[in-house]
Amino acid sequence: MIRENSNVILSVRNLTAEVEGTPILNGVNLEVKAGEIHAIMGRNGSGKSTLSKVLAGHPDYKVTEGEIIFQGENILEMEPDERSLKGMFLAFQYPLEIPGVSTLDFLRVAYNSQRKQQGLEEMDAFDFEDLVEEKLELVKMDPSFLERSLNEGFSGGEKKRNEILQMALLEPALGILDETDSGLDIDALKIVANGVNQLAKPDNATVMITHYQRILNYVEPDYVHVMRDGRIVTSGGKELAQELEERGYEWIEEEAVSEVSAQ
Amino acid sequence: MTATTAKNLIDQPYKYGFVTDVESDTIPKGLNEDVIRMISAKKNEPEFMLDFRLKAYRQWQKMNEPNWFHASYSPIDYQDISYYSAPKNNDSEKKQSLDEVDPALLETFEKLGLPLSEQKRLSNVAVDAVFDSVSIATTFKEKLAKEGVIFCSISEALQEYPEIVKKYLGSVVPVGDNFFAALNSAVFTDGSFVYVPKGVTCPMELSTYFRINSGETGQFERTLIVAEDSSHVSYLEGCTAPMYDTNQLHAAVVELVALDDAEIKYSTTQNWFAGDENGKGGIYNFVTKRGKCQGKNSKISWTQVETGSAITLKYPSCVLVGDNSVGEFYSIALTNNMQQADTGTKMVHIGKNTRSKIISKGISAGNSTNSYRGLVKMGPKAHGARNYSQCDSMLIGDNAEANTFPYIQVDNDTTKVEHEASTSKIGEDQLFYFAQRGISEEDAVSMMVSGFCQEVFNQLPMEFASEADKLLSLKLENSVG
Repeated sequence: MIRENSNVILSVRNLTAEVEGTPILNGVNLEVKAGEIHAIMGRNGSGKSTLSKVLAGHPDYKVTEGEIIFQGENILEMEPDERSLKGMFLAFQYPLEIPGVSTLDFLRVAYNSQRKQQGLEEMDAFDFEDLVEEKLELVKMDPSFLERSLNEGFSGGEKKRNEILQMALLEPALGILDETDSGLDIDALKIVANGVNQLAKPDNATVMITHYQRILNYVEPDYVHVMRDGRIVTSGGKELAQELEERGYEWIEEEAVSEVSAQ
Repeated sequence: MTATTAKNLIDQPYKYGFVTDVESDTIPKGLNEDVIRMISAKKNEPEFMLDFRLKAYRQWQKMNEPNWFHASYSPIDYQDISYYSAPKNNDSEKKQSLDEVDPALLETFEKLGLPLSEQKRLSNVAVDAVFDSVSIATTFKEKLAKEGVIFCSISEALQEYPEIVKKYLGSVVPVGDNFFAALNSAVFTDGSFVYVPKGVTCPMELSTYFRINSGETGQFERTLIVAEDSSHVSYLEGCTAPMYDTNQLHAAVVELVALDDAEIKYSTTQNWFAGDENGKGGIYNFVTKRGKCQGKNSKISWTQVETGSAITLKYPSCVLVGDNSVGEFYSIALTNNMQQADTGTKMVHIGKNTRSKIISKGISAGNSTNSYRGLVKMGPKAHGARNYSQCDSMLIGDNAEANTFPYIQVDNDTTKVEHEASTSKIGEDQLFYFAQRGISEEDAVSMMVSGFCQEVFNQLPMEFASEADKLLSLKLENSVG
């Protein structure tokens, strides 16, 4: 929801990054305010997933220029766990399978790390289980998942719902969803979309990275951005996504090329 | 994780690396028949023991040091080792009371978190403490004696119960079994002895704590556990050593004998000094451990948590002679820095319907090498015998090595052998996932390692399981860097 006087949660300025010496982000600019939902779209290889990993601080990517101001602070020097504790959440495109670590333990340690950061006492195992079971409703997951090893043997849809469950528990200021919709059947997509809608509040923000317009039928974005060659080439309202669906990415790319050559 | 903090944490000193200043009676370096006679005389041993030693020595002289394992080290000069070292104030006669033991020694065990004094000793765990080559104190003896359980040093057993020792010593690991066992048989100075009579369930955990203190002494201890018909015993062993920059040799032999319907559970937490991050110093842990399920329906279970030593060559094994007998091996072997471990088990099925189970968890971090080597052998008469083996490896970082060498030999087609193996990794991506949820690297590694090892922890007595878990986390702090 767009409000004129909302706080800026994320401000990305002229961000460039490389992986093993290959430039992969080439000057991204993005501003996300509280209460807003943004969608970042683009073809495979356009840099949209990379952007999410760079924001979260994945060690494979090296920022070469620009700034990431998150909650009023430049976070470029922060470790990934510090960024998380500051309120940034990344729902992974491919959540990792961690044998031997139960989903419940993982959730509890994550939740308590955050409480510790906020100067609160850790929540004991019993209270925590009650809390989680409440949140399970949101993503329609069975409590038996909690006893299983984290993501091990989960279907694609279960993994994605588990990511939304984690977001629901950690209540981040900024939730970045990296292709959370990919590989989901329509029922799972609706559950995930419903979760995202319920979690969106006036004091937080969501950035959805997606290849397809499909999820945007269920989660209505305030802004849609199109990435190409490591930068955002076009931004607009939700109608832009509709147009992309109808006309494909090519017309935007052509316009972008003529725009760049005109400069 | 910045390079500096990683380095600081990896460089955490080995906690048990202190040296106790006690006067020792150490014989000159070198090995020959006179040295063996001297050791035997110092210990006032019966004649058969000297014969046993000399026979072993003569066989050892004809043997070559093995080199088939997946580890390398510079040659050991066996003439440059002292084969006997005893704290001077602890005469070869066993002390009647702890008050007579040198206070410096008691303090050593106190520092190791192992109080031997009457008031503070571990509840319900009887401890035999071995310092360098000599057993210095055994707790809870009287309480055990009431049940008829004998728990004492092997030196004492040779004085008090020579017939039992004579009957079983070398019956599982013959004097010429292998190079290091032959050496041990020739020169061993002490160790623990357990005898559980027929029908008795040992009322408490028995524990031996081995401590190497002297710089240039080899430690060659000998453990013998005999469980008579229908008896049960659980035995734990812990090991630490000071830090010296030369390597020290530890070549122990452990023999277990389980008669009809008897059960022996043997657990080890091995934390010998592993050498520094460049691989200087540390213990060479070349140990022969073997159990014989001699009687029908008997069971021997080995559980080991191996975290220390520069080099570990160790294969706790079960020879399943009695029909329906069971052998188990649960192992966690963790290597970091420059450590090398080649460890596993042998399950030799001889009797009918014998069963064995192998659960091995190898964790390799730093530049270390960790190999599982196991033999499952189904003899021609082992009708209906079964084995299940599971070998899991976990790699931490990009420079560690893990290997699995399973050997299966089947001479009876009514048997069944199953082997499963897996490899997992704690790398950048796993750690990033945890970090993205606000979980620190230390917590992430420790959660993943604990989870990986859970099956084996479950086999350890409760208080030791949590100790072992902490020990692994400590050993791995920031090994990913």
